[in-house]
Amino acid sequence: MTAVRRYPVLVALIIAALFMVLPFGIVAVNAVKSPAEYASNGPLSLPHGLYLDGLEDFWQRVDYGQKLVNSVLISGSVAIGAAVLSVLNAYAIGIGRIRGRTWVLAFFVLANMLPQEALVYPVYYLSKQAGLYDTRLSVIIVFTVVQAAFGTYLLSSVLGQFPREIIEAARIDGANKWQVLWRIVVPVSRPTIGVLLVFFFIWTWNEFLLPLVMLISNDNQTVSVALGVLQGQRLMDATMTNAAALLGVLPAIVFFLVFQRTLTRGIAVGAVK
Amino acid sequence: MTATVERGGQVVRRHHGRAAHPRRPRSSYALFLLPGVLAFLAVVVVPFLMNTGVSFTDWQGVGSPKWSGLANYRELMDDSEFWASFRHSLFMVVAMAAVPTALGLVLAAALFDFVGKHFGTRIAAVLRACFYLPQVLPIAVAGIVWSWILAPDNGSLNALLKAVGLGSLQQDWLGDPDLALYSVMGVMVWVQIGFPLVVFMAGLQRVDPQLYEAAELDGAGWWRRFAHITLPQIRPEIYVVLLWCTIAALKVFGAVYVLTKGGPGGATDVPSYFSFTTFFEKTQVGYGAAISTVLTVIILVLALVGLKFQTRAEDAEEGLRA
Repeated sequence: MTAVRRYPVLVALIIAALFMVLPFGIVAVNAVKSPAEYASNGPLSLPHGLYLDGLEDFWQRVDYGQKLVNSVLISGSVAIGAAVLSVLNAYAIGIGRIRGRTWVLAFFVLANMLPQEALVYPVYYLSKQAGLYDTRLSVIIVFTVVQAAFGTYLLSSVLGQFPREIIEAARIDGANKWQVLWRIVVPVSRPTIGVLLVFFFIWTWNEFLLPLVMLISNDNQTVSVALGVLQGQRLMDATMTNAAALLGVLPAIVFFLVFQRTLTRGIAVGAVK
Repeated sequence: MTATVERGGQVVRRHHGRAAHPRRPRSSYALFLLPGVLAFLAVVVVPFLMNTGVSFTDWQGVGSPKWSGLANYRELMDDSEFWASFRHSLFMVVAMAAVPTALGLVLAAALFDFVGKHFGTRIAAVLRACFYLPQVLPIAVAGIVWSWILAPDNGSLNALLKAVGLGSLQQDWLGDPDLALYSVMGVMVWVQIGFPLVVFMAGLQRVDPQLYEAAELDGAGWWRRFAHITLPQIRPEIYVVLLWCTIAALKVFGAVYVLTKGGPGGATDVPSYFSFTTFFEKTQVGYGAAISTVLTVIILVLALVGLKFQTRAEDAEEGLRA
């Protein structure tokens, strides 16, 4: 193909890609404008200076630091808990080859596909009975289990292909199943487990319905819920909205930059396996 | 959020295909499954059964539920709000599964087989990252961003239209009942497109480059190579992406909550939002449970049919190769 015909396609793709990131740019530009400037010049003008009061006001108004702590705490606990649960399940299914494993695995797959709407009211009701309503622990428990369903079936397939000689050798050397799991299987599967940790963390960070229902008090809310609820109430002016959007976007961009390789590799693990 | 949940079908199938190792009794491995199974019973199975049970009762969330048999389901059949919400689900399937899969295929092929080859894999990777970025965004934040861009007064989209002299096209994108659903669809395409793109690009990496070279030597143009090599080679990925995105589309909640709250006048209501308001705003718990049970049945049937279909397609493919 000649160069003359190559470039239009590339340019079209670049324009499409710019269109994808344009909203992020518009948000960033408007989050640093003063309300007066926004009112007189509209959303498309470039800001004249850095106006950070909007960001600061918003940060204090929603106690954003606390929301970040909650999100990190919940997502981090879920990632670790779900990874441990997935490893235990997958060890039994992928390496133990327990009887009826196909059914067990199918059960986990279907559990992962259930809409949360079919669980949300009983979970709300039961957590009230158990005194766990409006606690971060309730959300951690539920998502640990839900995410472990995905982890179980991804890890089971990886462990299903685990070199059996290594395990046999360790068994002959006198290691019991528990030791084989923690000293051999887990270290060897570390790349896949790392991918799972990243996905569990980000998915839990982004969850909306269950945290919306379960975490009603300000002190317990996650970033997603706090922003979503504010938006739903339509109490914010344009500058405030942009401050909210920018503060919501920033963690996502940080994850993206830090974990991009893991994310892509994770999808490759999933898709190529 | 989406991403990689796709492998379920293949995983299940792999385990079907392998003969059990008969050497040693394996029952004690079952102990490792115990915590997982107990946790699942408590958090998924019991609540799910409760929800199904409640759907056969008349219950406001307080007092004891009164058995009402199929009354809720009979009421659903005549509830135009319920049917409308499922109709909107079909629009969401178009916006979140059909369109992103089709666009994702073309973009993945263009980035992999054209940009990657002629301009380097780095540029392809940067472009891929741009398309994938919205996928890591919490849907609530995506909703904030877009509800402001689409705002009627001083929203960016309207300002942009005015700036380029198309002021007559300005709309109340989310507030006009005739437009709101399409606006939400547009946002969902933006949110969703990165997922198929990344999966397809990963899938393309296992295609033998010689296939493309041979086709190019034979004089096949880009579209012919796309149709005769790319599409057939990544068919497993296409099935899985379509299945997974369709299920995600049926479950969509956060976007509707943040963008429109199902409005204006129910124009963007979807089953999950409908059941949410029925549970927590109208406190008709029995009725809400019936809505979510119907949604669950649809999703599980779809998942089972999809997995079966995929398994059969793969078996057929393997049969051909063997």
